[in-house]
Amino acid sequence: MSSGREQVLGALRRALKRGGSDAVEVTEVDGRLSDHPRNLVPQRAQLPAAERLDLFEAQATSQAASLTRVAGPNQVPEAIADYLKSQNLPADLRLSPDPALEGLPWERAPLLSHTSGPARESDTVSVTRAIAGIAETGTLMLQSGAEGATTLNFLPETNVVVLSAEAVVSSYEDAWDLIRRQHGAGTMPRTVNFITGPSRTADIEQTIQLGAHGPRRLHIILVESGS
Amino acid sequence: MESTAHAFKDNAHKALGDAQLQRALGHIKVGFVHKRADAAAKLPEFEALRDQARDIKNHTLAHLDLYLERYEEKLLAAGGQLHWCATAADARDAVLEICRAAGARTVTKGKSMIAEEIALNDHLEANGVTPVETDLGEYIIQMRHEPPSHIIAPAVHLSKEQVAADFRANHTQFPADRSLEEPRELVNEARQVLREKYLEADVGITGANFLIAETGTSVIVTNEGNGDLTQCLPKVHIVVTSIEKMVPTLEDVSTILRVLARSGTGQEISTYTTFSTGPKRPDDVDGPAQYHVVLLDNGRSSLIGSEFQEVLRCIRCGACMNHCPVYHAIGGHAYGWVYPGPIGSVLDPALIGVEEAGNLPNASTFCGRCEAVCPMRIPLPKMMRHWREREFERNLTPATVRNSLGLWAFLARRPALYQGATGLAARLLARMGRRAGRFRRLPLAAGWTDHRDFPAPQGATFQQQWRRSRGS
Repeated sequence: MSSGREQVLGALRRALKRGGSDAVEVTEVDGRLSDHPRNLVPQRAQLPAAERLDLFEAQATSQAASLTRVAGPNQVPEAIADYLKSQNLPADLRLSPDPALEGLPWERAPLLSHTSGPARESDTVSVTRAIAGIAETGTLMLQSGAEGATTLNFLPETNVVVLSAEAVVSSYEDAWDLIRRQHGAGTMPRTVNFITGPSRTADIEQTIQLGAHGPRRLHIILVESGS
Repeated sequence: MESTAHAFKDNAHKALGDAQLQRALGHIKVGFVHKRADAAAKLPEFEALRDQARDIKNHTLAHLDLYLERYEEKLLAAGGQLHWCATAADARDAVLEICRAAGARTVTKGKSMIAEEIALNDHLEANGVTPVETDLGEYIIQMRHEPPSHIIAPAVHLSKEQVAADFRANHTQFPADRSLEEPRELVNEARQVLREKYLEADVGITGANFLIAETGTSVIVTNEGNGDLTQCLPKVHIVVTSIEKMVPTLEDVSTILRVLARSGTGQEISTYTTFSTGPKRPDDVDGPAQYHVVLLDNGRSSLIGSEFQEVLRCIRCGACMNHCPVYHAIGGHAYGWVYPGPIGSVLDPALIGVEEAGNLPNASTFCGRCEAVCPMRIPLPKMMRHWREREFERNLTPATVRNSLGLWAFLARRPALYQGATGLAARLLARMGRRAGRFRRLPLAAGWTDHRDFPAPQGATFQQQWRRSRGS
């Protein structure tokens, strides 16, 4: 036990007038942490699936992301090729080392080349997979891990994110439930990113400029069917 | 940073006479205010969410010792290291020690007001470690050797011409005749310069907007992505933060996030909200090998149980200064210490003493806009009044103010005498000012008459007129 810890906690306990037994408070605190009750969740995104997707798209594009819908995973490589061509961007991709991305039929887009792994300085286009889309604000949720490279969300100039329509939920709270199901209660991956649109700044005369340090472009490929 | 809060009056005079600053401040009055109003109007539950955000923080502060212990448990279980720091000096030393252990020469930094509070950059530089600010606004003011003038828009006091001149002077690697007229060109140049810095830094330092007890997580909220590049590329990530950033659960942080960006920038959510828990895991493909949280108290614990406890609910959104007529008039630097605007007027005396910062809570008309827009419903004017009381109790107010207040209090406690004296004064002033209807000068009232005329009374006091009209 370091002295800094004793000083800070000691000062807090004195200020909070903690006496001999704080059993009631301990029960309350531990209960809140294990039950993690929801607070008020806005009505906005409490919608049936199709409308929820529409709201997600409207919100994401209002924040300067672009979005293409495709009918299934097999169409993803061509959709990426089309997008890059329309923007005059290079065709070399850096994928997150995610079997769901690496296993796509890349031969259907012969002009694209790809490698996978964390971001390198020279990478210009990254392709990552979101574990959820949050309709409320058009926000993508990504996680780090063996299959998720956080650096790909920030270093390359263009970030393409593949999102399954089934993973589009209403609220932040719904997204946390997904994380808890995958990792267990009270446990998080090293990094969870909420991403809403491309990087921006208003630090010079309050004029919004895209592409401050992170990606200049955020393109979402929404995959409507799992088949 | 060295405080100049004691020189507030001089600072404010200079700011009022600074034409360039006054032009820059014009952007704030319109931009932020309208954006916040629009964002709030688009979410029907906004007011109810403010109530809940307030309640979450009240609950957390009432159990802060317990939540910190739960947070520590989770953080350590995830492989992170926690450094408890009672004072700013402890926190500076903790950061330096981690940098030294990592053999760091260059550190990149995301935006952190705690780093400003503990004057981290000066300490690192004095000890041979070069800090590089990566938030665009912070990068600009670091170049100018200035402190931030706003907690979320640190370079809001500058024009693009000033920034262009600084870039020309500092970025000598680029052609001298390049165009830097448009904000886009300035952003691109900074982007290019800073990219190299992210990749060569040994340590990345960020702040934290929140700490989550449920999971041992720290959260940063940004728009540029610089904080993320700062924390995901170097091998060591240090979070400098303070004890009141705690929230219990992921649900609780979600609620507060819904009011944070809407209140500050008027966005529905900031571009990047990043949740970090411990260092890189064994299977992770990237991320820092070490994760340190430097947790600062610096007097905050002593506010708990005091009349200033509620200020610890603050989530540093900047709405109070965006809506403050005093901030609009003088900008952030005039306040003289780290936190400007209404929140600074309450927080600065708490952190550096009312002797040094007692001028700040006096620089308010109590118009109440700050409290009206504060997402955490902090009663800022009430707390400024408490500081004025403390200042008075400690004999820090000037003698003329004390004597006048003493005289007024003496009269106010004696209604008959009060009415007699005010009636006499009103009649006297009415007669003296009969011709002009106003006074250009009055004894003891130069503070008023130096800047505007004092209207002459009509002859009777309010109470006299009231009695007359009721008697009739």
